[in-house]
Amino acid sequence: MIAAILSLTLLGTLLGFGLGFADRIFKVESNPLIDEVAALMPGSNCGQCGFPGCSGAAVALVEGRAAAAVCPPGGKALASALAAKLSLELDLSKVADRGPQIASVAEDICIGCCRCIKVCPTDAILGAAKQIHNVIREACTGCGNCVERCPTEAMTLQPIPLTVQHWVWPKPALA
Amino acid sequence: MGLMERLFKTPAWGVHPDDRKQPAAAVPLRVLPMPERLYIPLLQHVGAPARPVVLVGQPVLKGQLIAEPGGNISAPIHAPTSGTVIAIGDLTAPHPSGLTLPAITIAADGADRWAELHGCDDPFALAPEEITRRTAAAGVVGLGGATFPSAVKFSLGKRLDVGTLIVNGGECEPYLSSDDRVMRDFADAVVDGVRIVMHAIGARQALVGIEDNKPEAIAAMRRATEAYAEVKVCPVPARYPMGSDKQLIQTLTGREVPADARAAEVGVLVHNVSTCAAVHRAIRKGIPLIERIVTVNGGAVKNPGNLWAPIGTLIDDLLNFCGVVEAPARLILGGPMMGTPLPHGRTPIVKGASGILAFNAAEAAVPEAGPCIRCGSCAKACPMGLLPMEMAAHIRADSFKGAERFGLADCIACGCCAYICPAHIPLVQYFSHAKGELSAQERASLRNDATKRLVEARAARIERETQEKAAAAARRKAERDRAKAAAAALSTTVTAEEISS
Repeated sequence: MIAAILSLTLLGTLLGFGLGFADRIFKVESNPLIDEVAALMPGSNCGQCGFPGCSGAAVALVEGRAAAAVCPPGGKALASALAAKLSLELDLSKVADRGPQIASVAEDICIGCCRCIKVCPTDAILGAAKQIHNVIREACTGCGNCVERCPTEAMTLQPIPLTVQHWVWPKPALA
Repeated sequence: MGLMERLFKTPAWGVHPDDRKQPAAAVPLRVLPMPERLYIPLLQHVGAPARPVVLVGQPVLKGQLIAEPGGNISAPIHAPTSGTVIAIGDLTAPHPSGLTLPAITIAADGADRWAELHGCDDPFALAPEEITRRTAAAGVVGLGGATFPSAVKFSLGKRLDVGTLIVNGGECEPYLSSDDRVMRDFADAVVDGVRIVMHAIGARQALVGIEDNKPEAIAAMRRATEAYAEVKVCPVPARYPMGSDKQLIQTLTGREVPADARAAEVGVLVHNVSTCAAVHRAIRKGIPLIERIVTVNGGAVKNPGNLWAPIGTLIDDLLNFCGVVEAPARLILGGPMMGTPLPHGRTPIVKGASGILAFNAAEAAVPEAGPCIRCGSCAKACPMGLLPMEMAAHIRADSFKGAERFGLADCIACGCCAYICPAHIPLVQYFSHAKGELSAQERASLRNDATKRLVEARAARIERETQEKAAAAARRKAERDRAKAAAAALSTTVTAEEISS
């Protein structure tokens, strides 16, 4: 009995230390640049870029497989930050294409199935079974996951209307 | 500063445009007959829009609260006359974009009946906090044009122990004379307001800076301040932009407000003369900010002058009252240097509307912009000591960060550079564009951070729910096991009893 306990304890301790050392010695170096780029991304893993999540997009960016304007929810700010970080060429005309959007529920078609709630990466949809759902405007990133999931097409993406507070003076025409 | 400037005390910065204040400034103040309808926007101040507290169809009295502040930095809005609320909806904003803002429309009943007002005979017996509270409740905002809620500034001044109150009677913008008129006609009210503000922020002295092109205002203010040694009238040279707070502070106290700092951090606080008069009315008589003096001026106006008008009056109503000699080629809210171009006259005046300018074709002509000839006039004129040509060159190439390195954040958008530019380059528009783009980028990156936080919160929630589910399953399993064991024990006992019997 004692011999069994001792031998197993010894074996466990030795193997534990062995694993610990192996973790230190044979550590797989991840590219620190990928981590830095991933830290810039929104992290909602919405998949609009076509890569597996934000970390996948970060890898693609660093390997040069994606353009700086890859992330639609990040908008111009993220695109220019990424371009500056990776010295990429930046084509902002593509980013400006669609403008910011937000999901909205057509209340007469919503059946209260809760499916959209499960796919929302930022918990921006409020609702319960057989209750009409609603979108929390401040939390919605306009990723469109809910639009694909909705069985009744009650979810749509709407452009955010321009307000006096967000309006920007146009750039003067070149002389 | 050169020897000549030292001798004549003229600052080295700024420009000296033709002031064109006459004859409007000399015409006695007229009272605008109450318009049939008033359109009161819910955002007339810096900060969050106000929230309406009245319903469509509800009768209101003059001075009654119709919208409450929408946040910490916000201001309430009151009915400028008695009547009925007939609509709450979008209206063209007095804003260059021509976009809409939510507004409350009131049909005046013509009776102009006041709501019950709560004035105070001895404001100096009140605690400073109480004055701040009453000023906030009266919806007083900075009337010089910035429309920052005054009460917020009071508590800031109190907190930072500001010794000097600077009262801004500069009114350096050409064409405008509403502050001039306030000082001439209501000098006692202004001085009383100044003393109330001093009490509220705990200031020991007040310096009233008035440009020396307003001798009547200086004389009226000197008469009104004779009894009060702590309020001093200081004529300052007429030089644009003397009415900008940083320039006035420097001229009166010799102290320069550092970049990224507020005036309160050099021990002064600036309030406009019209704001002080509004504070006097709010505290002494309990009247909220619902009316103001508006200058109506410009080449297209038949009888230019100053009008006492309720907030929410349509600009067309003001122009109809003063008459027009020709259809205005351009409408401007505020002064010609920093004012807001308006899309049309069916937009109302707001709390910060010091003037309405209706320009004729000759005044509105915009010369075509040419290439920069690197003459450096703009750098000489810039009151903030910036290099406008360098900033504009960066912005032309969409390098907003580059413009920021040249001090874009310190630009006060006074327009001296664009005024003096021999190539007529619209420099201020470049700077406004860049400031807007930079704040949009700032908002986007804040949004990105918020998204990140939300995603983390969701991950934590899912993790928590999984754990709770597992715990519940374990508990149920334990209960089941216990029940089974109990049942087994029972059956064993029963068997034993059967055997023994």
